Amino acid sequence: MIKNYEELSPIAIDALQEIGNIGSGNAASSLSAMLGKPITMNVPTIHVMDYQAVIDEIGGPEQILTAILVMFRGDIKGMMMFMLDNKFAEIVVNTFMGKENIDVIQMDETDSSAVKEMGNIMGGAYLSALAAMAEFTVEMDPPSLTVDMSGALMNAPMVMLDDVGDKVLFIDDGFKIDNINVDANILLIPEMESLDILMKKLGVN
Amino acid sequence: MNITIGIGDLKVCRAPDVLVTYALGSCVGVCLLDAEVGVGGLSHIMLPESSPTSAAATPMRFADTALPMLVKQMEMMGASKMRMKAKIAGGATMFNVSSDKFNIGERNVEAVKRFLSANHIPIIAQDIGLNYGRTQLFYPETGIMEIRAAAKGNKQF
Repeated sequence: MIKNYEELSPIAIDALQEIGNIGSGNAASSLSAMLGKPITMNVPTIHVMDYQAVIDEIGGPEQILTAILVMFRGDIKGMMMFMLDNKFAEIVVNTFMGKENIDVIQMDETDSSAVKEMGNIMGGAYLSALAAMAEFTVEMDPPSLTVDMSGALMNAPMVMLDDVGDKVLFIDDGFKIDNINVDANILLIPEMESLDILMKKLGVN
Repeated sequence: MNITIGIGDLKVCRAPDVLVTYALGSCVGVCLLDAEVGVGGLSHIMLPESSPTSAAATPMRFADTALPMLVKQMEMMGASKMRMKAKIAGGATMFNVSSDKFNIGERNVEAVKRFLSANHIPIIAQDIGLNYGRTQLFYPETGIMEIRAAAKGNKQF
């Protein structure tokens, strides 16, 4: 049984990369359908990274980002945190509410639930890809949205990681919408036992 | 000079150096000062309690192991525990999710308070709880703790 993410073999990383590709494609079609706009996704890359390195990668600890956090359970348990440029929230609120130049840090209830729902649909696309590939049943809890400093947002997955080391599965992704590039990063933190089950199911490790 | 303290780390300094730790979420930043000798310290606490293995590997992450280290390092620079005063910040709940892992901010604050009270170190200022991230700057020269938050601007304690 693997004890931390560092022990994942290159083949296991490839399998996760494939899940990332499918998830990313699904996320693009869901979002495009909801917003009624064409969306081009980048090719996602998956990394096993130290959480400190993740914070540096996403712009440093004080970088303000939009984060959607979802706990999932079923055949595989864990946490997913979806982190997006604040431009994403601006685009969503503009499309659904017709508002311009909103203050993303202090969104009202209606605006923030629209953003939360879009983020949840996109994040859910990755989880569904994973579930489909491993023939798993995965249920998502209601999502939670926070716009704040990335270092503070990262505390949530870091606490989860207490048992499993300092590394996270980091999916570096992004998309283009209305000619605006939006960075999107996903932290996937399955419980170790779940990851083990997943790897067996995918026939790697 | 500004000295940066990473997540689950601690540092001590002499005035006029400044201690800075970025983006506390559920983590708690504990500032201690012996004003008489101008020795200050800051500990960025991630979790309330260590286990035997984690205490050996990463003692500076946990309130129960980091805070004794902080006091000791300050004492080695001439500070006296009897004169120390504390200012603390952080311990927020960043996400509204039902999981016992998510009251960790509250539990961090409790663990910090438990240690300080057992060691007779008074807390003279605090900016804790609620639901937002905080960057903490501590100036041993004046004893001022400054908190920077995305939606709230800067505040001095």
